[in-house]
Amino acid sequence: MLEYVADALMILGGFFAFSGSLGILRLPDFYSRLHPSGTSDTLGQLLILGGLSLKVIFDSSGDGLSVGKLVAISLLLFVTTPASTHAISRVAQLSGLKPWTGADSKEADFSQKEEDTNE
Amino acid sequence: MLNAELITALLVIGGAFLALLRAVKGPTTFDRVLAVNVFGTKTVVLLALLGYIGDRTGFLDIAVLYALVNFLGTIALLKFVETRRLG
Repeated sequence: MLEYVADALMILGGFFAFSGSLGILRLPDFYSRLHPSGTSDTLGQLLILGGLSLKVIFDSSGDGLSVGKLVAISLLLFVTTPASTHAISRVAQLSGLKPWTGADSKEADFSQKEEDTNE
Repeated sequence: MLNAELITALLVIGGAFLALLRAVKGPTTFDRVLAVNVFGTKTVVLLALLGYIGDRTGFLDIAVLYALVNFLGTIALLKFVETRRLG
């Protein structure tokens, strides 16, 4: 029974990892590409490494050292992936990258209206 | 034959390939840094999976090392992009 739980966790994590990369490839803007990188990547590695450590625990030759290393990798990635995503977005904003606000013609119209209201 | 570890490894390899496409295509430098960071995370997970499939527990040590090097490399690359210096 618990082996099936571990299999389901691992395949769900693989789905999250693949769909996160699909979002990084397909989304239109840098700031929107940050979202699949930060969230679904973290969840995917958590599910895959959790299912893998369950499999190692319930194997016949399960040893505690491998489970400890898997938990250490999972905790390390759980901290460092959002931290590096935050660092990338902060450097991009500091270097003056503008977010995408819609189609290009609409964007020009919006900027003009904002200038009008400011006056 | 096609068990859960193998399916997950194939999904992770496909995701790494898509992230690599973004790293080749990406219009700005930050897109490339982001894609390389995601590729590194996928590599760590794939190393753990391959260590389980091939029954080699030594791969887990390489995975720990690669996670640390990936994070520090991303931070160093961002510092170089922002200030053009590595000091």
